[in-house]
Amino acid sequence: MSLKLSRLSVRAPDGATLFAGLDLTVVAGEVATVTGPSGAGKSTLLDAIGGHLSPGFHVTGRVFLDGRDVTDLPAEARGIGVMFQQAVLFPHLSVADNLAFGLSPAIRGRLARRMAVAEALAQAGLDGMGARDPATLSGGQRARAALMRTLLADPKAVLLDEPFSALDPGRRHDIREFVLATIRRSRIPALLVTHDRQDADAAGGPVVALT
Amino acid sequence: MNPILTAAALMLSVTPVLSQTWEETLDEARGQTVFFHAWGGDQRTNDFIASVGDEVLERHGVTLQHVRIADTADAVARVLAERAAGREKTGGSVDLIWLNGPNFLAMKDQGLLHGPFVANLPNAQWLDLSEGSANTVDFTVPVEGLESPWRLAKFVFNYDSARIAAPPADMAGWLDWAAAHPGRITHPDPANFMGATFLKQALIELAPDDTDLSVPPTDDSFAKATVPLWHWYDALRPNLWRDGRSFPENESIQQQLLNDGEIDMTMSFDPASAAAAIADGLLPETVRVHVPQAGSIGNVSFVAIPVNAAHKAGAKVVADALLAPATQARMQNIEVLGSFSVLDPAKLDATGQAAFAALPTAPALPALSDLGAVLAEPHPDWMTRLTAAWQDRYTR
Amino acid sequence: MARPLYAVISLRGISGAAIAIAVILPVMIGVVHSALAGFGHMALLGARGPDLDAWRTLLGQPGLWRAVAVSLWTGVAATMISMGLAFGAVAALQDRVSWLRRVLAPLLAAPHAALAIGLAFVIAPSGWIARGLAVGLGWDRPPELATVGDPWGLALILGLVLKEVPFLIVILLGASTQIAMREQMAAGRALGYGRAAVWLWVLVPQLWPLIRLPVMAVLAFSMSVVDTALILGPSNPPTLSVMVARLFADPDLRAMLPASSGALLQLGLTAMAMGLLWAGASVAGIFARAAMRRGVRLRGLDAWLAVPALLLAGLLFLVVLSLAVLALWSVTFTWRWPDPWPQRLSMAAWQGRAGWLSAAQTAFFIALASSGIALILAIGWLEGGDRAGRHGLRGWMRAAVALPLLLPQLSVLIGLSGLLLRLEMAPMIAVVWGHVLFVFPYVMIALAGPWAALDPRMQRTAAALGAGPWRRLLRVKLPVLLAPLMLAAALGFAVSIAQYLPTMFLGGGRVATLTTEAVALSSGSDRRVAAVHATLQAGLPWLVYLAALILPAVIHRNRRALKGEAS
Repeated sequence: MSLKLSRLSVRAPDGATLFAGLDLTVVAGEVATVTGPSGAGKSTLLDAIGGHLSPGFHVTGRVFLDGRDVTDLPAEARGIGVMFQQAVLFPHLSVADNLAFGLSPAIRGRLARRMAVAEALAQAGLDGMGARDPATLSGGQRARAALMRTLLADPKAVLLDEPFSALDPGRRHDIREFVLATIRRSRIPALLVTHDRQDADAAGGPVVALT
Repeated sequence: MNPILTAAALMLSVTPVLSQTWEETLDEARGQTVFFHAWGGDQRTNDFIASVGDEVLERHGVTLQHVRIADTADAVARVLAERAAGREKTGGSVDLIWLNGPNFLAMKDQGLLHGPFVANLPNAQWLDLSEGSANTVDFTVPVEGLESPWRLAKFVFNYDSARIAAPPADMAGWLDWAAAHPGRITHPDPANFMGATFLKQALIELAPDDTDLSVPPTDDSFAKATVPLWHWYDALRPNLWRDGRSFPENESIQQQLLNDGEIDMTMSFDPASAAAAIADGLLPETVRVHVPQAGSIGNVSFVAIPVNAAHKAGAKVVADALLAPATQARMQNIEVLGSFSVLDPAKLDATGQAAFAALPTAPALPALSDLGAVLAEPHPDWMTRLTAAWQDRYTR
Repeated sequence: MARPLYAVISLRGISGAAIAIAVILPVMIGVVHSALAGFGHMALLGARGPDLDAWRTLLGQPGLWRAVAVSLWTGVAATMISMGLAFGAVAALQDRVSWLRRVLAPLLAAPHAALAIGLAFVIAPSGWIARGLAVGLGWDRPPELATVGDPWGLALILGLVLKEVPFLIVILLGASTQIAMREQMAAGRALGYGRAAVWLWVLVPQLWPLIRLPVMAVLAFSMSVVDTALILGPSNPPTLSVMVARLFADPDLRAMLPASSGALLQLGLTAMAMGLLWAGASVAGIFARAAMRRGVRLRGLDAWLAVPALLLAGLLFLVVLSLAVLALWSVTFTWRWPDPWPQRLSMAAWQGRAGWLSAAQTAFFIALASSGIALILAIGWLEGGDRAGRHGLRGWMRAAVALPLLLPQLSVLIGLSGLLLRLEMAPMIAVVWGHVLFVFPYVMIALAGPWAALDPRMQRTAAALGAGPWRRLLRVKLPVLLAPLMLAAALGFAVSIAQYLPTMFLGGGRVATLTTEAVALSSGSDRRVAAVHATLQAGLPWLVYLAALILPAVIHRNRRALKGEAS
């Protein structure tokens, strides 16, 4: 499995080109890092890859996933999971239902689906928290739940949009290790956006610096 | 002695007592605002009432406020409510009502009317008030001076001669006609005066010969008299507009349906309505008036003063102004309102007769002689029962 | 040491008491009076219940059960369709929200009655659409189709939907700013869900509690509306509301008793429909949750989002046609089937003694007075809250402003006018007060948000500069809040212009406004004069909205920070 960007570039509604002709290949189990100052277009890059650009933005270049051109597909059809900065858990659903929401429909049967969710919760160290309101979780717990939800959907690649920046420094290290290890274990390519050197070092993959 | 005072004293001495009180009435009326509750669904009538308002304001200093009501019953309800609330003799908000038939009977029965006052109006001298004349009986109920006539009403059909030949000569003939032209005729909802009149016209023509419609019906006599009517109506209804399942609310809406081409015929209580509507752009020029061969129901529209009216003097001044020959002639003028006058041509003086003689004519305006016989209104209870029975039978 | 009187009797206390006495209490008393009279007790009529005579009379009305069924069906159907379309349209057009808002704003100001009068002509068998088709299709007579006043109330439902969809869309757009819509949409799509699925599983469940109150208000309104039902609804029998209003107008004053029973029946029916809607939403939620747990992605559903978008376009087209045809009829002399345009134009309807000038003046005065009073009451309460340290719309006031919106107007007004029989109140005063009852909640709700959002530092700064509470209110708060104040007043103005029942019932037919005249004339023979009144009725609130937008912009033309406050 691989994620490949070919001469990727985005033009903003005001006409500015955010990054000119980006080339990058990320192979399965690898975590590539995109760094750069705020305003360099890091989030826009992820939006372009994931298919989440607002109307008015224009993409040139191509995005390939396992050799398949997904550039013109809608977000939901690309099979690219995203983990956002604020770990967007749906506030009206319990933690377990949030995970069940992510779980691929390929897993059938009430029991099988509940088992899969319970297993993911256990993996994330959230045993017994399935019935909880997401708002009662700590930042680190939310991040882990969001990652598990993303992975349960069986994505072919994962995008991580500064997932650690909102965490307090004490927990940051542990969460980062958990996330990176879990992604490597899933054997899928990942792209991490961060402005933190330590994140890039820990990721270990290729580093792209936007200016 | 002051010459003006002398002249005034002379006038007072030669004119009878009646006129003296009229002077007092005029004095009292000056500065009053009269709330005239009258159906407001016809713009020409509204305009005419407004012109009368201009007159009484200019001549007598009375302000006429036309309260446009959708249903005369609203005004009756108001008077009842106010009397119940303790405003028994004065202070009421209704000064003058345009009414007749059941509403008159209801108000008379409950002692809600002021009067008699008609004979004291100066312009009453032009009216035929002899016993049994149309101006003294309202739907078989004696008027007894409690309401003053102002316009003549006679039931007629208006049809579009460009679409259909003359309608059937009698109500029985409607069945075949409607079967041949399904969905092209209707009548207003019988809860409405005009819809009820349509049923009454049919009742008069269809009821067994021994039926006396001038006395209140009993359960028995009503059931017996209406057997042929319901038989006829059951056969007619499926061929009415919208399969006889819904009906225009009133004759104004029905007239609009005729103008829109949705139906071929409408009905009116005003023989001049077709000509008036044509002149006003509200009906095609090809609309003509049709009267059933045996004649049609006719009656007189009245105005009455509630017993608790706050401005009775002003109301009398307005009732009188409505009867002035010049005003009646203007009312009958097809270019103004086109309603037939209630004055007796034989009683008019030369000026009055000249005013009527000078009125313009119109192709859709029937002459008095075309209107046929006047059939007397049944006792009001017949109408109340007809409406209720119709609703019971046909409202599900 | 005793505190001075002005400290004990706070602004919050005074304004709260004023609102309770002038708005909330009368609404409740109205309902209580209906309840007493409905069970046969009305001393004024010498009726000393309790007994069931009034109910017997009511139940004996021909067609009553059909009228009840039609009211329930039209009200629930109009509400569900409006809600479904509003959700669908916002889901389909969420990337064009500001465009949507701009398009809908002017339509919101058009009153129900004006829209209904216009729509009735547009869709009638001999109406504008049919005339447009007639020549091409060779129709020599209008088709025999009951497109207006049909026994199923479909035309009435359409008329209600026309007005409620824009209203609910604006409510939804407001509610959607309270949840993280963009982020959740992206998160849902990244998990493989289509837009429509994210709406169904994620956004609708979160938005529903936020819009539940307005939806229930729409339901209460749709079930008890009289003016629109008179113009578009079935006639034989009519809806329950029309039937009860007719009973109320019966010459026999004792019909007030069954009318009161009818008002109670209306109240119970509305409560039942609200319960049904609530339960329906809960059951739908349970099924949706179960489907969601199966992970159904529903990607194919996105293609169907075009349907609500197209339907919305169709509705907006109908609204524009309805308003345009009013203006056209008002300058028509003759316009007959099957011509698509008037044969002759004329300004006669505007120039004649149509009485529109006095109706417009009366309507304008009542709207100005009632929205002004409502604005002062709302400012008093909100400012009093700030001074007492209890900001915004909370406590009993939250429930209190909802009350007049959730109770059927008919149920309140029949009782109130029964009471008014006893009081010698000038009709104009009674009508203005009746309007305040229904204008106040809208003004309060519209003003509470911007008021609460006011930067508190501005107050502290002004206080630090030595400005007392009144000076701070007059010189800082009100000027800064000018735009939302004007918009709240304009909303109140529009609500007042549209009122039909309060004017009819409390004015006893002696107060003629554009709305009562337009409705009365719509059952007359002269569509041109009715069109003049309806055109004014739609145009007046619109002009006031425009003024409310322009005035603050002109006054604050050199203050960039205050210009965006309009929304």
